[in-house]
Amino acid sequence: MIEFLKRLFGQQGSSATAKERLRLVLMTDHLELAPEMIESMKRDLVELISRYVEVDRERIEVNFERQDRTLAMLANIPILGVNRPNGNGAVTHETPRPQPEPVAGADAPSDAPAAETKPPVRKRKRRKKSQRARTQLPSTA
Amino acid sequence: MPESDEAKRGRAIVVTSGKGGVGKTTTTANLGTALARRGARVALIDADVGLRNLDIVLGLESRVHHHLLDVLEERSSLDDALVPDKHTDGLFLLAAAQAREKDDVETAKMQALVLSLRERFDYVLIDSPAGIELGFKNAVAGASEAIVVCTPEVAAVRDVDRVVGLLGNRFRPQLIINRLRPQLVRKGKMLSVEDVNGILRLPLLGVIADEPEIIVTTNRGEPLALRAQSSTGAAYHAIAARVAGEDVAAPVPPESKASIFERIGSMFGGKRR
Ligand SMILES: Nc1ncnc2c1ncn2[C@@H]1O[C@H](COP(=O)(O)OP(=O)(O)O)[C@@H](O)[C@H]1O
Ligand SMILES: [Mg+2]
Repeated sequence: MIEFLKRLFGQQGSSATAKERLRLVLMTDHLELAPEMIESMKRDLVELISRYVEVDRERIEVNFERQDRTLAMLANIPILGVNRPNGNGAVTHETPRPQPEPVAGADAPSDAPAAETKPPVRKRKRRKKSQRARTQLPSTA
Repeated sequence: MPESDEAKRGRAIVVTSGKGGVGKTTTTANLGTALARRGARVALIDADVGLRNLDIVLGLESRVHHHLLDVLEERSSLDDALVPDKHTDGLFLLAAAQAREKDDVETAKMQALVLSLRERFDYVLIDSPAGIELGFKNAVAGASEAIVVCTPEVAAVRDVDRVVGLLGNRFRPQLIINRLRPQLVRKGKMLSVEDVNGILRLPLLGVIADEPEIIVTTNRGEPLALRAQSSTGAAYHAIAARVAGEDVAAPVPPESKASIFERIGSMFGGKRR
């Protein structure tokens, strides 16, 4: 996110800066949430997803975008490995709070082969050209 | 009341923006002039109580003897307070009070006044004050539609977004982008029409250029719409035609036409994200 802003500020005319500032300011206007709340929401989201899969916390991107007259939250959360796959690799959604398990490291034995690791969780595709590193993934779509 | 009565009434359109200085008063004067020159009967209400401006832009300041609050507080009749324009037949001004507070206006009385004007005029244009407090609410109170004026600036777009949120769907707000500088847009130094409306997503009535002549016409008290052959004057007339329901294209400043059409084309070509 910061990288993206830096690139915008550095390379393009001030209208690009204006556009990005406008996007961000409207995002908070519409949410009526303080930026700290968005940060904390992001943290909670990561906590939740981390119960199921190991995510790359450094590369998480959460954005808000207006689609027609509604606001959408777009999360891009790169997955490093599967923590807790059940029989067929699917996690039961119905379980509101699974027993907390020790977070498996990348080298920890995993039931699922690395090749089956899902691509980053993408709630919706963004066409933004920010250098989204999927490089650390064993396989990309 | 029967629907036929409602249909017979004129349209009451509030011109608003949230932010000050974006061109609400200029737009009201020019759009009113253009509508009246199409043959409509038009009443302009300066609802910016305490900061009377519209009379100056129209060059009518010396003819104002009674104002909005005189009418609302029944010190003057509507007929005495309506000032006929000196350049355009069928155009009338109800000026704001200069030495009063916005809060002096009673919302219900404002509604009743606009309603009675709608019985007599095809259009009632209400020049709203800046802000979203009582003055804005009173300006909006009697209106049935809204035109929002926005300049290509972050703060203006943000404020319009807020105002549109407050207005809701009832007023079917339509957008005029004012003070666009095509050269700056081309250089990437100013938000473009599609930058602004990509965010606001409102029906676009038209785009008015940043026009140095507006300073001159305001000095003289002669709205630019009196000069229908000038490009900005013509833009106001095209906007008036659109307001009147004619199927004409939304005007854009001439220098920017090509690039804007190109970009609008690409906007429809690929799904925007
Ligand atoms: N299209 C334009 N080009 C150049 N100057 C403009 C334009 N529209 C408005 N202005 C100027 O901007 C100032 C503010 O306009 P005004 O109509 O009084 O705004 P508001 O009513 O929203 O406060 C005035 O000095 C006016 O002459
Ligand atoms: Mg004004």
